[in-house]
Amino acid sequence: MLRTSDYKGKLIIVEGIDGSGKSTQIALLYKWLRSLGKSVYFSEWNSSKLVKSTTRLGKKGRILTPTTFSLIHATDFADRWENHIHPLLKAGAIMLVDRYAFTAFARDVSRGVDPQWVRNLYSFAPQPDIAFYFRVPLDTSVERILSSRAKIKYYESGKDLGLSDDKVVSFRLFQQRISDEYENMVSEFGFTVIDGSLPIHAQQQQVRNIAQELIREWQGLPALHANSIPSGTAGGEQP
Amino acid sequence: MREAVFYGAGFPYAPVKELPGRLIVLEGTDGVGRSTQIQMLGEWIQAEGFGVLDTELAGSGLTKPGLDKAKAGNTLGRLTMSLFYATDFADRLENQIIPALKGGFHVLSDRYFYSIIARNVVRGADPVWSRKMYGFALKPDIIFYLKANVETLMTRVVGRGFDYWESGMDIGLADNRYDSFCIYQSRLIEQFDQMADEFGFITIDANRSEQEVFADIKKHVQSMTDGD
Repeated sequence: MLRTSDYKGKLIIVEGIDGSGKSTQIALLYKWLRSLGKSVYFSEWNSSKLVKSTTRLGKKGRILTPTTFSLIHATDFADRWENHIHPLLKAGAIMLVDRYAFTAFARDVSRGVDPQWVRNLYSFAPQPDIAFYFRVPLDTSVERILSSRAKIKYYESGKDLGLSDDKVVSFRLFQQRISDEYENMVSEFGFTVIDGSLPIHAQQQQVRNIAQELIREWQGLPALHANSIPSGTAGGEQP
Repeated sequence: MREAVFYGAGFPYAPVKELPGRLIVLEGTDGVGRSTQIQMLGEWIQAEGFGVLDTELAGSGLTKPGLDKAKAGNTLGRLTMSLFYATDFADRLENQIIPALKGGFHVLSDRYFYSIIARNVVRGADPVWSRKMYGFALKPDIIFYLKANVETLMTRVVGRGFDYWESGMDIGLADNRYDSFCIYQSRLIEQFDQMADEFGFITIDANRSEQEVFADIKKHVQSMTDGD
């Protein structure tokens, strides 16, 4: 478990390998919570404006090592935590976060960094109220990614590890490692496992039922009236 | 040849065994005369026939543009700052320092991660968290802590003006740079003093003249490299 916390707000996060369908599910959860009139906000992995140019520089030049890859993503997360997620949790909002510290634990350890070292980097992050983990067979997720994306990027495919010269083979091997790491964390961090091979609607029903339990009789920050919500504000955009 | 030793796990995916070069670190607060000493030391070591590489904090090609930009704004939080500096440090360690040491160069490092820890902790970061972050860091062969009191620092800083970050103005310690500088630098000195035993610093009295300080440093480096 990560550190315990007692914020007025609620923190719900989604995890899973690429192509597990987690982003689709969190987007639907967001719509539903909005429709209930909740004050709900969203933050996505690797989206800090402050850190963006550095990450891009490192990825484009392929100069990131497993350690600097890990540190720059932790920097990105820290910026979103300090300037967005943390204040909103204190204010009493529901924060939906697409990928959390567990993504770093799975990916960076798959790249060979020390598991305890990377856990320490994120020790300022609290244990989420719900951590959904979308479990899918590797064939399913790889198929989803290959059919929907023009090109798998260098680091995404784990090419930096030299697992294979073939990008798709490398991607598969890397995703397998990450998947193994996630499975090892299920009990360590109390993941709520969702079968990501079920139909989208069936998964969403489970997700909503679990979220409903969390917010039953909970008084958070009242939402603004629906038509006064500004769209596309910094960091608060829809998933 | 000597064996590479790390503070923690090091780089498990890229084990480093032997490093023929020496890693020499100069630490201390702002205005303590580190860069002058590094320059003199570099000249001398090269005159002795050894190759030298200089490296300094926040100097990595990966993070410099982003970090400079972040420092120019007003949204850089303390956790973010800690991790951003760690990224810079790791990049230089893996891509400059270790390769140079492998090649037999002596590396002169203007500050190491101790300064980053001191700054983080003064800003309220968890000291244990900050230390564990540097589990990948190589243990230097020798660490000089140039120690001077705030009055001495003042005489050196006053000519170039009071920098926003050197004065710790982001913390809100005082409403003007002079007072803030004094408080901030005293707190950094406290942190360095605490780390001196923990990390085995050689403390050098930097209230003296450049030549006296250099003579001290030179003596220690000489006895270290006598066996080479």
